[in-house]
Amino acid sequence: MTSTPDVAQASAQSGETVTKTFREAITDALWEEMERDESIFIMGEEVGVWGGTYAVTRGFHDHFGEKRVRDTPIAEQAIVGAAVGAAMNGLRPIAEIMTINFAFLALDALVNLAAKARYMFGGQFKVPMVVRTTTGGGRQLGATHSHSPEHIFAHFPGLLVVVPSTPADAKGLLKAAIRNDNPVLFVEHSTLYQTRGEVPVDDYVLPLGKADIKREGTDVTLVSCAKMVQVSLEAAKELEKEGISAEVVDLRSLRPLDTDLVMESFRKTNRCVVVEESHALYGIGAEVAARIQEQAFDWMDAPVQRVATEDVPLPYSRDLEQSALPDAQKVVNAVKQII
Amino acid sequence: MALTKKQSLEAYRLMNLIRRFEEKCAELYAAGDIGGFLHLYIGQEAIAAAARYALRDDDNIITAYRDHGIALARGLPTDQVMAEMFGKATGTSKGKGGSMHLADIDKRFWGGWAIVGSHLPLAAGLALADQYRDEDRVTLALMGDGATNIGYFHEALNMAAVWKLPVVWLVENNQYGMGTAVTRASAVADIAKKAEAYGMPCCMQVDGMDLLETYEMIKEAAAYARSGQGSFFLEVNTYRYRGHSMGDPERYRQAHEVEAQKATDPIVRWAEHLKEQKIATAKKLAELEQEAEDEVEAAIEFARNSPFPAPEELYDDIYA
Repeated sequence: MTSTPDVAQASAQSGETVTKTFREAITDALWEEMERDESIFIMGEEVGVWGGTYAVTRGFHDHFGEKRVRDTPIAEQAIVGAAVGAAMNGLRPIAEIMTINFAFLALDALVNLAAKARYMFGGQFKVPMVVRTTTGGGRQLGATHSHSPEHIFAHFPGLLVVVPSTPADAKGLLKAAIRNDNPVLFVEHSTLYQTRGEVPVDDYVLPLGKADIKREGTDVTLVSCAKMVQVSLEAAKELEKEGISAEVVDLRSLRPLDTDLVMESFRKTNRCVVVEESHALYGIGAEVAARIQEQAFDWMDAPVQRVATEDVPLPYSRDLEQSALPDAQKVVNAVKQII
Repeated sequence: MALTKKQSLEAYRLMNLIRRFEEKCAELYAAGDIGGFLHLYIGQEAIAAAARYALRDDDNIITAYRDHGIALARGLPTDQVMAEMFGKATGTSKGKGGSMHLADIDKRFWGGWAIVGSHLPLAAGLALADQYRDEDRVTLALMGDGATNIGYFHEALNMAAVWKLPVVWLVENNQYGMGTAVTRASAVADIAKKAEAYGMPCCMQVDGMDLLETYEMIKEAAAYARSGQGSFFLEVNTYRYRGHSMGDPERYRQAHEVEAQKATDPIVRWAEHLKEQKIATAKKLAELEQEAEDEVEAAIEFARNSPFPAPEELYDDIYA
């Protein structure tokens, strides 16, 4: 049994959409929520005058002012810790950790403060906060700046971990995260910021903890999240040319982990490849594979395959780094091993 | 402004309450009624009592794992605090926190936190929320001397100074971080010098065995923080008579050092003060001591008779 918060909430939709980048969708969600609720504020390194190192909060400092858009010292423990304290005392902080690589510095604050403040004191405190951060490799940033460790944070009860893959999901899930009364780690893949998609124009709020079928198929289930959804979709296109129909399940959040949709898909396809950007050891694939053998053993036609980053620190040199990361061809190869 | 007569007597009762409570906890720990880690406050009672009267009731207090004394001073019900020691459902944290994790949101006592220094950014955040809403509360952040060597301390103080957050940072310098003397662990023996580096007013060498002096310093620090000028730092010298926790072999100090320190005992000194000032007779003091003892005995009774958390509570309160 794992702990699952009650996170179902969604808003009515007009159906009208507009094309936005992933970055714009996040900017819109932040802006709209800040306009809606005065108790929301942003704090982090270079979020203010600079406008965010990924330009997500450009213009916020001028519009909302210094009080609500706070540049912080380079001090991840204090950024997350102070956000927890402010959340306990009635505000709704959105703390930004520039990249998830720096969240290791705040691991204690996330795990021992944010995730424990409620349970450890018998439910007296609420911690309504979001920690936004970026993840992902593939940008030649070397070993320390290229981690994708979001699943590590999902290990701990008390935290929620959200990993959107599309602009629409990013907007809807970020709004849900901001309105949730629990600490949410909201993980944005840095190579997705320029991607485009249709985004509902309404006050678009998705439920947290619901996976989504990004492509329907019948022969194999590809389970992934964030950037790896793109990789899986590319692989699915390749497989289609060879007459293999792949279904792509986007987890969208790692905690809660929506295994219902995974099982539904798996009971149809009887085969599964998990595509994850971190290392395979103790990873998302390990968890999904375990759940499948627990919950859908009788539907298994083949072992669950994992496509993950090679078990090495990521190197700088471009082709060498790319060779270590999952790509569509690796996914295709994995599928062919079980079909 | 000095303590009123009523407060003076209450403070005597309170310090006795804390000491009796801690002595009983030591016995109950040995008997197996209390588990986990147990960090006693004996010797440091004057600081908690001083904080009790130097702050407004709606100010915030947060501390580390040596939290029984300040919790009782803040007015957390003795029954519930003892029940938490026993891991009972009637405890302040419903039996889920234990000795190191007492809290009471209604009393704005934001917890004992057990990772050294981790509560210091929480203090900054609590103060930030009040500042954000233009509320004139201050936050008292108590910490041990050992906490001033960890990154959390420096990040939190720097942030608080940059943002002029209304925090009173109070180091309870009991001379040892676990078993390592301050001079062996801190590059500067005067801990307040570290805070001076962050540009905040500091007061070092406050005598934490002297209730009045400590009370006056916290009061002054709180007034400064409340005025909107930012944080204030206090280094308060004190001494714990017992080990760091119950499993401490105390190889780092001699018995005669502890005995010598007891000559400055805060409760004895306060009793003498009350008699000298004709605020209380010996008989009155004995009555207050007895009241404290009775309150602790009643709390033990309450804790013993309380139920343990029901099995189904295991999964409660992880998420809001």
